[in-house]
Amino acid sequence: MPAGEAMTEFDPNPTVPEPEALMPVQAEPRPAQTMAPRPGGIPLTDATVLTAPPLIGIQDLNLFYGEKQALHGINLEVREHSVMSLIGPSGCGKSTLLRCLNRMNDLIGNVRVEGRVTIGEDDLYAPGVDVITLRKRMGMVFQKSNPFPKSIYENVAYGLRIQGVKDKNILDEAVERSLISSGLWDEVKDRLKDSGLGLSGGQQQRLCIARALAVRPEVLLMDEPCSALDPLATSRIEELIFELKRDFTIVIVTHNMQQAARVSDFTAFFWMGKLIETGLTEMLFTNPRVRMTEDYISGRFG
Amino acid sequence: MARHFDNELRDLKFSLLAMAGQVEEMLTLTQEALMERSDAKARRVSELDKGVDELELRLDQACIDLLALRAPFASDLRLIASTLKIVPELERIGDHCTNIARRSLILNPLPLLDMGDSLRRLGEETLSMVRRAVDAFVNGDADMARAVIQDDDSVDSLYVAINRDLLRIMLNDPLSIERASHLIIVLKNWERIADQATNIAEEVLFIIGGVSVKHPYLQPPPENPTEP
Repeated sequence: MPAGEAMTEFDPNPTVPEPEALMPVQAEPRPAQTMAPRPGGIPLTDATVLTAPPLIGIQDLNLFYGEKQALHGINLEVREHSVMSLIGPSGCGKSTLLRCLNRMNDLIGNVRVEGRVTIGEDDLYAPGVDVITLRKRMGMVFQKSNPFPKSIYENVAYGLRIQGVKDKNILDEAVERSLISSGLWDEVKDRLKDSGLGLSGGQQQRLCIARALAVRPEVLLMDEPCSALDPLATSRIEELIFELKRDFTIVIVTHNMQQAARVSDFTAFFWMGKLIETGLTEMLFTNPRVRMTEDYISGRFG
Repeated sequence: MARHFDNELRDLKFSLLAMAGQVEEMLTLTQEALMERSDAKARRVSELDKGVDELELRLDQACIDLLALRAPFASDLRLIASTLKIVPELERIGDHCTNIARRSLILNPLPLLDMGDSLRRLGEETLSMVRRAVDAFVNGDADMARAVIQDDDSVDSLYVAINRDLLRIMLNDPLSIERASHLIIVLKNWERIADQATNIAEEVLFIIGGVSVKHPYLQPPPENPTEP
């Protein structure tokens, strides 16, 4: 059964996982080393993320769409300059959680959020938080690339323009810097005045990444950024993610397990609005600690 | 949910078992060739080695194909990765059997050197270690795998003891030197086979637990040491 058919979005009556499904994969007692590099081997994860301080903190997060609870007591940390993948079947809450990080759920009526989400020292859901300022710190890239029907240049400059930046030098610099960062500069530098809609799908997605980067966010939120792209465009974005984590912290929702394995330092597996397991990506994919994670990543789910 | 991949993994396991079965047959014949002084059985060992080599090539390719085409994760990944490591151990065991059988062809026509029961025991214990390592793989039996690893110590001490006996025999009787030196090679091969059974058992524990148990002295201390 493909994950997409597993359950509808925001199941009103989430069934509790079978107790044995949440049991450790094996009865063998073994140390909890999911967060530590493995002994006797070369750690695959960039060692700096192991000691990096947390940038995003999520504590006891519950989210309700009306009466329906979509997230149950989520506790998760995202470390600075790391890539965190959120995986799980459709409707598991991973996109909902991503949208909590820039308060995009505010745009949907009837949403209630309990718990704490912090970026650095700041509580995202504290009363009086300026949501616009907050969203500047959290750039977002969506599944379907959505360039504005404007020129390539204006697409990237858009965020700065609505902030009131008028200085052409600053705009030029930001557009060039962002397009270089998103790996698109060489392909478009001679046609910045052309419409962004004339680019290929992969280029459009990199244009959207450039647009998100232009306002110098701290975090890049990516919601299945490659699901509409061919393998070549996908690998360009994946390489880009690797480059971008030097300057940004990245949270990516993906249905592609190989992609999660390739791009992320940490992975979190969600099911029915609950965080089932999280840890170093290489540990989670070689030796998950919960049976349900094992079943999901190896395609046995359902 | 049933996966087509599970059938492929089952086939892989069956092929590995077929290879292990051939190797066990070689081990039995090797022991009998020595104990019964049977040239026919010694020759049969060499003949069987070709089949083991062929299975090695087949299994290597199967593992690479499954890694490339199925991109396995978690226990699937560990099974395939460990199979890639168990296969050469089995192949080497086959080679060691061939070495012992070759020495037995030389020793069989010569007068018997009285070793008491120790040489038979060395062969039997080693054979049992390989058998149980393979059984542990089949049944996913961690306790059995750990027992195999522990038994390696007893094979090692048997090896040291027989070696000492042979030195004593050579010192007492120079005419025994030729036979004893062949037997030292035989001993060494049995001892290596026991090591390889240990390696297989270690892979079985990795498949089951996902944590390498090799070289305990390099492993970090437990995270929550119990209070004294």
